[in-house]
Amino acid sequence: MSAKGEACESCPAYNHAALKKMGIDSEGADYIVALAGNPNTGKSTVFNALTGLRQHVGNWSGKTVSRAEGGYNYNAMKYKLVDLPGTYSLLSTSTDEEIARDFILFGQPDVTVVVVDATRLERNLNLTLQILEITGRVVIALNLMDEAERHGLQIDVRHLARSLGVPVVPMAARQLQGVPELLQAIEQVASGAIVTQPHHISKYDPALEQALNTLVNQIEAEYPGLPNARWVALRLLDNDASIIQAVEEKRLGELRLSQQPTLTRQPLPVEMVQ
Amino acid sequence: MSQLLQTARQLRSEIGHEYEDKLMEAVFTDAAQIADSSVSRDTQRARLTLDRLLDSILTHPIGGFLAMGLMFFAVFWITITGANVPSSLLADLLLGEVYPLLHSAAASINTPVWLSGVLIDGVYMATAWVISVMLPPMAIFFPLFTLLEDFGYLPRVAFNLDRLFAKAGAHGKQSLSMMMGYGCNAAGVISTRIIDSPRERLIAIITNNFSVCNGRWPTLILMGTIFVAQAAPPALASLVAALSVVAVAGLGILMTLLVSWALSRTWLKGEASVFSLELPPYRPPQILRTLYTSVIDRTLIVLWRAVVMAAPAGAVIWLVSNVYIDGASVAAHMVNFLNPFGLLLGLNGVILVAYIVAIPANEIIIPTILMLTLTLGSNSMGAQAGVMLELDSAAVHTVLTQVGGWTLLTGVNLMLFSLLHNPCSTTIVTIWNETKNLKWTAVATLLPIALGFLVTFLTASLARTL
Repeated sequence: MSAKGEACESCPAYNHAALKKMGIDSEGADYIVALAGNPNTGKSTVFNALTGLRQHVGNWSGKTVSRAEGGYNYNAMKYKLVDLPGTYSLLSTSTDEEIARDFILFGQPDVTVVVVDATRLERNLNLTLQILEITGRVVIALNLMDEAERHGLQIDVRHLARSLGVPVVPMAARQLQGVPELLQAIEQVASGAIVTQPHHISKYDPALEQALNTLVNQIEAEYPGLPNARWVALRLLDNDASIIQAVEEKRLGELRLSQQPTLTRQPLPVEMVQ
Repeated sequence: MSQLLQTARQLRSEIGHEYEDKLMEAVFTDAAQIADSSVSRDTQRARLTLDRLLDSILTHPIGGFLAMGLMFFAVFWITITGANVPSSLLADLLLGEVYPLLHSAAASINTPVWLSGVLIDGVYMATAWVISVMLPPMAIFFPLFTLLEDFGYLPRVAFNLDRLFAKAGAHGKQSLSMMMGYGCNAAGVISTRIIDSPRERLIAIITNNFSVCNGRWPTLILMGTIFVAQAAPPALASLVAALSVVAVAGLGILMTLLVSWALSRTWLKGEASVFSLELPPYRPPQILRTLYTSVIDRTLIVLWRAVVMAAPAGAVIWLVSNVYIDGASVAAHMVNFLNPFGLLLGLNGVILVAYIVAIPANEIIIPTILMLTLTLGSNSMGAQAGVMLELDSAAVHTVLTQVGGWTLLTGVNLMLFSLLHNPCSTTIVTIWNETKNLKWTAVATLLPIALGFLVTFLTASLARTL
C-alpha cells in the first residue's frame, strides 16, 4: 500500500490530498452529483469511497432501497453525492426507476456518474444510453475492471469514451483504484472544463423519429432552453404519467431554473388490492 | 388540457402499441454496437469456470437446498461453540468482579437500598447480562454472515427460494427481505420497499417476523444447548444444539411460505409478479474489511440497541419484583394469573410475563425468565428479588428444571414461541410507518402470536398424550 502510494504521488492525477471526505455533511454544496447504474455494479462502494461513509455494501442487487446522500470536498469545491437505487432502465414504471429517473431529470444534478459493470458492458450501456438522452453531463465509472481482466475481457476505454461522447474512467472501486481519476473527471464536467458530446440514439424507427421531431419542436417553442426536450418528448409519447403531470402543473419550465432537488422519497402508500 | 399534451396524445395513437418495443430496440441496437466495438475477448482464457461450477452446485434444485442447510448449520455451529468461552469470561468480569464493587461503592456512600436496587440490581445487571450473552455470538455470527454476503451467496439463496415463493403467490424478492429479517425485522420490513406490488409487499411485511432476528438467536441457542442437547450423547451435544437452531430457523421459512400462500389465496389475492434476479459473480470476500464493517455496523449497533432497551427494562423488572400488593409482588400476581394459560401451551406464567416485559426487545427474554423464576420459586437459591443472576449454562439448566419445573417440552416450546410471537415494538412502529394502515399493522402483530399459541398448544397436547 505505502510503496504504491509513493509512486502515485508524483502523478498529476494523484490528488488524494485534495479530497476531503465529508460523510453525511452535504450542506451548501457547490455541485450536486448523482450516482446511477445497474444493480450490483459497485455504486455503493464508489459512494463510500468518495464520502467516507459506510453505507451497507453487499454483493446482491436491490439492497439500496432509497437514495442515500453524502458529501465531499475536492479542490476547495463542495460536492453533494446522491446514491440512486440501481436500475436496469429508466423507462418502465417501477418505483426504483422512478426515483432514479425523477432525480436525474428534476433534481438537475451537475454531473451524473453512471457506474458501469465492465464485465457486462452491453447490458449496462442500455441504461447509460437512456441517461445520455436525458443529460449530457455524465461521467462513466467503468467499474470492476479487475474482474473483467480476470475473465479475459479487454475494453478499449478510449473508443468507448469516443462512442459515448463523455469521459470514461476505468476503476476497481473495491481496491480504490481509479478514485482520483474519477474525482478529476467529475470536477472537469461540473466546472465545464470538459464539454461533453453525448451520444444520442440514432436509429429510431422513421415514424417514431418523425413524431419525435414534431413534439420536440413544439416543446422547444413552449419551453425555450429546456435542456432535455428530446427526452421529454420520448416520455410524452410513452404516456408517462409523471411527465404529463409535470406538464400539467407547469413544472417543466422549472427544469431550467431549479438547482436544488425537490423530490424526496415518500413511504410507499400500501393499500388493499382487490 | 395543454396543446402539447394533445399533440402528444394524437402522435401516440398514430404510432400505436409498439412504441416501447421500438424505443428499446433502438437503445439495444446502439448499446450492442458500442459494446461490440469496445470489448475484445481473450479466447485463450477459460471464462467463469469456477463460477459455473459453484453455481451448478449451489443453485441445483436439490443440491442447492442441501448446500444451504449445510452452510447455515456450519455458521450456527461455529457461533455456538465459539461463543461459550468469551461469554463466560465477560460474565465473570461484569458480574463476578464489577457487580460486587458497585455494591460496596454504593454502600460506602450510603445509597438508599431502593436506589441501589433499581440502578445496580436492575439497570446494571440487565445491561451486563445482555452484553455478556449477546456480544460474543454476534461478534462471530455477523462477520460470518457478512462474508457469505460479500462472497455473493445470498442471491443464490434467493434464487433457490424463488420458485417456492412464486408457488406461494408471493414475490421472489421477498426472499431478500426475509434475509434482512435475520438481522433485524425492522430492517427487513423497510427492505420490502424493493417490492413494487403493494399486495406482495404487504405479504412480505406480514411474514417478515418469521425470520429469526438477532434478539432471538440467543434464546434459541441457549435453549438448544441446555435442553435439546441434553437429550443427546455429550459428544454430539453441540452438533445437536446447532441442528435444533437450524430446524427452528427452517420452520420459520416454512411458516413464511405457508402464511404467504394462505394470504395470497384469501385476503391478498393475486398472481405473483415476474422479476429478474441477477446472480452476481462470486467475489473473493475482503476478510479484514468485512470484519471491520460487520463489527462496527452490525454488531455494535445491534448491541447498543439491546443495551438501550435492557437498561430501562432492568429497572422495570426490579420494580415489579419488589413492589408488593396484598402480600405478593406485582410480578407474582402477573405470573399466577398467566400460569394456567402458560401451562396449557407447554410454557408457564413466567415465560408469558417475560414476553410482556420484553416487548421493546427480545434480547432480554432469557434474563427476565431467569430472574422471575429465581425470585418467585420456592427455593430462591440465594437470589435477591429482582436481581438477574449470571449463571453458566449448566446452572441455568438446574435453576429452570428444579426451581421452575421446566421439562424438555418447555425448552422446545420456548424455542417455538420465540419464533412465533408478536414483533418487538420497534418493528411494529416500522410496520405502521411503512403501511400507515391500522388493520395491516394489527394483522402483522397479532397473526404471529396467534400462530404461536396454536403451535405450542398442539405440541403440548401431543406431548401430554405420549
